[in-house]
Amino acid sequence: MLTSKEKEQIIRSSGADVTKCMRCGKCSGACPSYDEMEYHPHQFVYFVEKDQIEKLLNSPSIYKCLGCSVCSERCPRDVGPSKIVEAVLAMAVRRQDENHLKAENIPGMVEDDTPGQLLVSAFRKYKK
Amino acid sequence: MTFSYYPGCTLKTKAKELDAYARRSAEALGITLAELPDWQCCGGVYNNTKDEIATKLSSVRALISAKEQGNKLVTLCSACHNVIKRTKNEIETNDDMAFRVSNYMQCDARKDSDTEVVHFFELLRDTVGFDELKKKVVNPLTGRKIAAYYGCLLLRPGKVLQFDNPENPKIMEDFIRALGATPVIYPMRNECCGGYIAIESSEAARKNSAAIYESAEGFGADCMITACPLCRYNLIKAESTVPVVYFTELLAEALGVK
Repeated sequence: MLTSKEKEQIIRSSGADVTKCMRCGKCSGACPSYDEMEYHPHQFVYFVEKDQIEKLLNSPSIYKCLGCSVCSERCPRDVGPSKIVEAVLAMAVRRQDENHLKAENIPGMVEDDTPGQLLVSAFRKYKK
Repeated sequence: MTFSYYPGCTLKTKAKELDAYARRSAEALGITLAELPDWQCCGGVYNNTKDEIATKLSSVRALISAKEQGNKLVTLCSACHNVIKRTKNEIETNDDMAFRVSNYMQCDARKDSDTEVVHFFELLRDTVGFDELKKKVVNPLTGRKIAAYYGCLLLRPGKVLQFDNPENPKIMEDFIRALGATPVIYPMRNECCGGYIAIESSEAARKNSAAIYESAEGFGADCMITACPLCRYNLIKAESTVPVVYFTELLAEALGVK
């Protein structure tokens, strides 16, 4: 079966080897955002391996990852699910007009005590 | 001893006390923190993707600047530390990153940004030494039960950060002991507060943070310490029943410079 250019890009961009996954599910068991997600870390790895990138790209799950790296830390095969999730997120927001967070929406989200760190972090994650 | 110092954006605004108490404490310990004259915001999060270069250049500039001064680079905010240290690692281990950064910055990236990145906790452990720190304490925090909240960014990825054992760390507990207080060890100390998800889902962040302070409280903590302004913000927003302070505030108090 021919590999899609999306899958090639995810593999290149993440630097992760999805074929090493042995489906133990430890990544999803450790994920603090599990309840928020439609697809969980182990499914990101699986769907990339099976070249079903579109369903990940179109899922709100890509915005639920907290970037905490616990899935990769506890992966016994050093697959690195967090790298896969980030590569899919990057592919989504790099598409034209697909910024998840827009500058014009920021003022409405800011309260007196909102730290700059929160704004820059969210901006870096959700916007290109 | 002089170290270059990278404060980061939030330490100049909403987390001024994290910065101010660190500076006073460092002085009391005979360490000079020389703020980099030209630092730029690290961006708050490290992007894992190999083809994301431009957003990492502010970290490269900080590394180069400290190297030019001939100093190691001290960080205080967990996020800044994570981003700068991982950027340095990426240059060291990824030929394409080193090549592109060198082209963009007109430098030899591997040589010119080969700066040792030291978190303030590591400075206390490895340069000052916790035994020496203990000797300098004038107001021991005897009887205080303090929970160290590590969060994610100081510990993970463990292979890159090499801060401590990412699953069973002890550096913050050793710090607490050096100040004369009693560390409270609780299961959620290295779990995520929710981080930047607070921007669009305060409820999700609140859930994560509540699990953390409830765990600390359950194990008898009367105070939590952190090095991360966003962790502190999320815990406070989740109405933490345990007060959350920056670790440098306790340090300054123990050293008598608060």
